Amino acid sequence: MTPEIALLLAQDGITTGAIYVLIALGLVLIFLSTRVIFVPFGDVVGYAALTLAALQLKRTPGTVWLVLTLTAIATVMEVHALVRQHQIQRLPRALFYYAVLPVVPAAAAWAAAGYDLPMWSAILITLAVVLPISPLLYRVAFRPMADASVLVLLIVAVAVHFAMSGMALIFFGPEGFRTQPLTRAFFNIGPMMVSGQSILVMVSAAVFGLLLFVFFEHTLNGKALRATAVNRVGARLVGIQLSTTAATAFLLASALAGISGILIGPIATLYYDSGFLIGLKAFVGAIIGGLVSYPATIVGALLVGLLESYASFWDSAMKEVIVFGSLIPILLWQSFATRTGVEEEIEEEEGERQT
Amino acid sequence: MIRTRSSIAVIIAIALLALAPALLGSFSITLMNYIGIYAIATLGLVLMTGIAGVTSFGQAAFIGIGAYATAWYTVTLGGSPWIGLLLALALAGLAAAILGAATLRLGGHFLPLSTIAWGIAIYFLFGNSETLGRYNGLSGIPAIAIGPISLESSIAIYFFIWATLGAVMLLCRNLLDSRQGRAIRCLRGGTALVESLAIDSFRIRLAVFVLAALLAGLSGWFYAHMQRYVGPIQFDIDAGIELLLMALVGGASQILGAVVGSTIVTLIKNVLQDVLPAVTTYSGQLEAVVFGVLFVILLQKARGGVVPLVRKYLPRAKQEIPLAASAPLLRRARSAQTAQAVLAIHGATKRFGALVAVNDVSFQVKPGEVLGLIGPNGAGKSTLLNLITGVLKPNSGTILFQGRNITRLPPRHIAAAGMARTFQHVKLRPHMTLLENVLLGVYSRTHAGFLAGALRLDRTEEAAARIEALHQLRRVGLGDRYGELAGNLPLGRQRLLEVARALAADPALLVLDEPAAGLRRLEKQTLSDLLRDLRAEGMTIILVEHDMEFVMNLVDRIVVMDFGIKLADGLPAAIRADERVQEAYLGGVA
Repeated sequence: MTPEIALLLAQDGITTGAIYVLIALGLVLIFLSTRVIFVPFGDVVGYAALTLAALQLKRTPGTVWLVLTLTAIATVMEVHALVRQHQIQRLPRALFYYAVLPVVPAAAAWAAAGYDLPMWSAILITLAVVLPISPLLYRVAFRPMADASVLVLLIVAVAVHFAMSGMALIFFGPEGFRTQPLTRAFFNIGPMMVSGQSILVMVSAAVFGLLLFVFFEHTLNGKALRATAVNRVGARLVGIQLSTTAATAFLLASALAGISGILIGPIATLYYDSGFLIGLKAFVGAIIGGLVSYPATIVGALLVGLLESYASFWDSAMKEVIVFGSLIPILLWQSFATRTGVEEEIEEEEGERQT
Repeated sequence: MIRTRSSIAVIIAIALLALAPALLGSFSITLMNYIGIYAIATLGLVLMTGIAGVTSFGQAAFIGIGAYATAWYTVTLGGSPWIGLLLALALAGLAAAILGAATLRLGGHFLPLSTIAWGIAIYFLFGNSETLGRYNGLSGIPAIAIGPISLESSIAIYFFIWATLGAVMLLCRNLLDSRQGRAIRCLRGGTALVESLAIDSFRIRLAVFVLAALLAGLSGWFYAHMQRYVGPIQFDIDAGIELLLMALVGGASQILGAVVGSTIVTLIKNVLQDVLPAVTTYSGQLEAVVFGVLFVILLQKARGGVVPLVRKYLPRAKQEIPLAASAPLLRRARSAQTAQAVLAIHGATKRFGALVAVNDVSFQVKPGEVLGLIGPNGAGKSTLLNLITGVLKPNSGTILFQGRNITRLPPRHIAAAGMARTFQHVKLRPHMTLLENVLLGVYSRTHAGFLAGALRLDRTEEAAARIEALHQLRRVGLGDRYGELAGNLPLGRQRLLEVARALAADPALLVLDEPAAGLRRLEKQTLSDLLRDLRAEGMTIILVEHDMEFVMNLVDRIVVMDFGIKLADGLPAAIRADERVQEAYLGGVA
């Protein structure tokens, strides 16, 4: 491997790593505030890229039908729950949130499909269409059992991914897409040629990571999310509504997924199921951070990107084996580093089962 | 009566299965073969996930290892399927031992996540390996032959698959009803209890993990030789998720759940494959959607699965009353020197950050002594107990148990050395019977291994263990309720049950953490009578208790703690008169 190639691979690795950072931040965000390990998150990333690709090809994005399906289920569940609790007066508000709000961007996308859209408007529409997916999934699959143990929630998340990947093929079809590049610029930095696309990805990751930091440190909603992460019961006692913080977390994460999808779209050819693997790789990064620390998550996700990049140079067929296999030594190291924490966790789950 | 009824049910089931080829068409028999093969792998998942609490999404990868091992051996090397079976089992077991050793210490959700990771890694390994035919897989796998009889036809292999399934189910049932099986069943619900019983939870988890992989390997062997073709896609992560679905649908905590679950899922799949193509061109994908949705609904509405739902309406089989054993269990060897202290604590100190929870505490417990450890809330009593039992390690100081330094030993080694304890917050296994809970206490005095349990070679020891457990249950006044589930007992009785479990270990030192808390007057009386009996027998006891009347009337000596330090140490009467003690409790003498 020559130094030039090593640099090139590093650039490549950091670029994909930066996207993994955004996804991993979303995963940690959701996990900390709801204890859900949101396995289908990667799928949402994939949908964002495919939505943009469809709009660029002047087709109706499959996401429209996906959102409508989820909206219908969520609305039925919400109305059913409210009627059963004799809280009819809350119906209009619920209908607005669950039946109207998610449908607006979907309708816009449906109407816009077929026109030659400028890049920025296609991106905006994509973000808006993708935004409701995670909160709707939360409402349909996770909220009915929000008090279950982390493990049960994880199994639900895997089951949701299972269903989502099936739906994705129906709505998006089997062919792969690559979106148009966001920029075609190239820069010479020292001996290296850096694509504008790479710089855009890195800058976006930095900006959105920073925004997230500001949100957590300086807004009441952000602080409520952090409080929920530290102690759910305590948060509830000081008047934080867990279902609201959860919805906020899923909404924010959805935005991160949308951005990640738009950024990764021009870099890789994506199929209906590519998102899952991308999400899982981000997961590996998040697990390096122990699913609790944002800074460690950032480092972990970047490492995964680099590992993948160098692994694909070494043996491109085996890169998945290497990336996912690398998790085992990482976990092993963590299990020795945090042995006591593990014991407490098991006890906590026991408590959850008893209540 | 119930026993005979369930035997009749088993006989009818076997008869129906034997007659099935005569009654069903060949397509249905093929379906039955798949059900049987999946049931074998799901059985492993039931043991691992439902019973031992280790959720795995990667079980399909082990089926794949088994299937590929035999396929490679029989196709590429032209070997016999029987050697292929050995290879399948060996490789699946070895892979599980390595993966398990690396990941089974992980707690909570990290372990299942890691199963997704290596499940995917193994799938890509199959798909990218030249020797294993890459994504095309391996075809032309020979059929199994038993002597001259070829099992090429689906009916021939049908009998073999279901007979094997029956055999492994029987072995698993035996195992769960044995010493190691009970250790597996008590894994769920926290390690504190497990370790206090001298059970090595990691080793048991690893054993179950390997066992589950062996069942998967067996299932993969059948799979390869029945289908005569293997490809990576059959063992991807989706297949692993489907297996987990089978286990959960059937009832992950039930052996029968494996068969029920794989039957239901396979049949639904079959119906969907018939119906969906008529509706859509994406039938395979809609299938995933249906299963995914079904899975979510199942977890939201009926997490226990089908078998427990049905079993609720059936009478519960009564547990066998243990018969008189030929030889009673061996008692634990006692330290020969009677003058030596059973427990000696020298300058034990435990700090949590800036807080010194236990500050330079020293005292001894002599053989046959009943020592009361008292002090106001936050005095450090529980921390001190945790140091003694090995749950926490002191920052400085030493603790000797029967002359042996146990300061740095893990709880299970201290328990094995003869220290038994109860917990401030009762730790029982509510889904096990009273007798089984007490049998957990006998673990450190018995020796039967996994194989002995599965093959029922442990029955002499088991009978002796049961007699011992029943004896201890009678002692705490629960002898006639031995077959009830521990979870159904009121709190007071649960505390007594914990004492019986501790006694079953034949301890050299009994550590009781607030045994009278939450007990009603009559129950307190029973407990106090029991402890008096034990004292008369020469049992050495450390007792942490808030109920002063209870303590004063029972103990030989009292150690008082306050703010982490030992405030006083003496006879009950002297302690009662001690001004410093009164001050600690009452906040100053008037």
